[in-house]
Amino acid sequence: MIHGRNMISIWFFIGVLVLVYGIIIFGWGLVSGGHSATGRPITLSELRTDLWMGGFMTLAGAFYTWRFAPKGKAK
Amino acid sequence: MPCPTVPGFLLATGGSIMSLEGVDLLVIVLYFVAVIGIGLYLKSHTKTGEDFFMAGREMTAWIAGLSFLAANLGSLELMGWAGAAYQYGILATHWYWVGAIPAMLFLGLVMMPFYYICKTHSVPGYLQLRYGEGSRTVAAISFGFMTVLMSGINMFAMAKVMQVVLGWDLHFSIWISSLTVGAYVVLGGLLSAIFNEVLQFVLIWLGAMLVPIVGLIETGGWSGMVARIHSNPVVQQHIQGQDFTHLWSTMGTFTGNPMGIHWTGIVFGLGWVISFGYWTTDFLVVQRVMSAKDLRSAKMAPIIGAAFKMFVPFIVILPGLLGLAVLPELLHSEKLALLHPGWHSYNDVLPLMLARYLGPGLLGLGVTALIAGFMSGMAGNVTAFSTVWTYDIYKAFRKVEMSDAHLIKVGRWATIVGILISIGAAYLAMQFQSIMDYVQALFSFFIAPLFGTVIFGMMWKRATPAAGFWGLLTGTASSVAMWVWVKMDPSALRYIALSPNAKDMAENMYRALWSWCICAIVTIVVSYCTKPKPESELVGLVYGIGEIPHEAVLPLWKRPIFWAAIVIVVFFVLNLMVW
Repeated sequence: MIHGRNMISIWFFIGVLVLVYGIIIFGWGLVSGGHSATGRPITLSELRTDLWMGGFMTLAGAFYTWRFAPKGKAK
Repeated sequence: MPCPTVPGFLLATGGSIMSLEGVDLLVIVLYFVAVIGIGLYLKSHTKTGEDFFMAGREMTAWIAGLSFLAANLGSLELMGWAGAAYQYGILATHWYWVGAIPAMLFLGLVMMPFYYICKTHSVPGYLQLRYGEGSRTVAAISFGFMTVLMSGINMFAMAKVMQVVLGWDLHFSIWISSLTVGAYVVLGGLLSAIFNEVLQFVLIWLGAMLVPIVGLIETGGWSGMVARIHSNPVVQQHIQGQDFTHLWSTMGTFTGNPMGIHWTGIVFGLGWVISFGYWTTDFLVVQRVMSAKDLRSAKMAPIIGAAFKMFVPFIVILPGLLGLAVLPELLHSEKLALLHPGWHSYNDVLPLMLARYLGPGLLGLGVTALIAGFMSGMAGNVTAFSTVWTYDIYKAFRKVEMSDAHLIKVGRWATIVGILISIGAAYLAMQFQSIMDYVQALFSFFIAPLFGTVIFGMMWKRATPAAGFWGLLTGTASSVAMWVWVKMDPSALRYIALSPNAKDMAENMYRALWSWCICAIVTIVVSYCTKPKPESELVGLVYGIGEIPHEAVLPLWKRPIFWAAIVIVVFFVLNLMVW
């Protein structure tokens, strides 16, 4: 990513964080059923945006983590 | 199922818009761990002054472009413009389209070659090369002073938002956010700031994009949303029969739109002076593009930024409009909301929409997007201050050769001092909240005349050093004078903004336009009365003197002009869609 430097790509860091976030959001969505434990009303919760978004972030994060993982040697 | 409780030290007294759960806090904490981790990793890669202040001038076009945009996405941008969309309707989109896209493309195609090839470290540095020390000194001191002050004011605003939205303690928010930004900027300088800005850009989109998507599903698409705005009984008192969903067709008169502005103010005041001033001469954003690895990347970075900028209204303006359509309560001005406990202000519309649609975990991501926005703006201010202080004030006044190690040391201390002054300014704002209005205005005084000075210097070889200095000084002074005039005699608004019905934003547009005109007239008159620099000293600094370097011969689809043309076509199509 950085021109001519043996440095881990920023996209790798982003990929890892998005992957972790995706797993947390998807996993929590499965466990909680999309409802707030505090009873907070969530409009259109039946759309299950937590599962869709969590799933998307898991896949996108996994792809970026794999694609930009440090290879051990600069290109 | 049982839910982990929120730590008590985060809680302030009073109600809040959102109630976070343990999983939301986990998402937020992981974000802070990530930004500090990136700062620690990059410390070992920050070895020279070029690394610390210019990110080694090794950024790809994508990284520089996204960072260029992210540095602007902070500073209350997300919540402020969502609130403006609720208050003024779709007119707020002008600040993202006509108020940004042409200027960003102009920076990439026309101005970047000059900034890039003279290898200066800052915009005041360019003024020194073009005009001399006088202009540089005025620009550097004003910019340095205003940057840390703005950073502090925004820091206070962020803490206030966290208090209102989440119920967090004001002092906790100020210290934790400033220390985090301070830590990663001190560790890795601009390199670290840019890395984190790209991360923040991604998180801002991920955290905020669900609100417009679910909102449009709820309202039945754009036409459904427009219909619900006009039929929502709660907001009729606010709307008063005006059109909130058309961009240009209501601007033929001052009274036909919610902002009280004529299209001339938007096109010439915003689209020309303020937009070009901010996007082409404000070092906070220009510094990111200067870090590009080669000329083509430097030209492409603002074009990439412009392409993404066009779609930011999707996550900022649309939630404000959706708020008009679906929220069961009327939002009010900040002053009224403060007077009536339980009322929410326009600026609360984005948090209210996040709380409406996002479940556990996703809400934490949405709050992380807000925090990321604030931190990227703060880091932008601090890194720009550190560079301007080190190169344009400290090094310029010492006039001795300095080692790289010494400059990095000065830069790190400047970062720490800048953060501390920012914290001081935040506490000052806490005592005197009206200071926020004054400082916002003070900052705007400087941008319009600076653009006049830079653009004449870059495009007109006859502009002299004395003209640069006096044009900048009189432009700034006249802007301050106009602001004071309206403050002392509100009826003067009819002269400054051409209408007694003009709102604050309209006044800002016209004041900027007049101060730019005064700067331009003074620059031209003084130039014809004083001696210009010999052409040999202007090579690479002024259009038409010496050859402007071009990127290597490239296929059409790799050329900046090709992508700029696509962006401008999409820009026109978007404007026509909501004309």
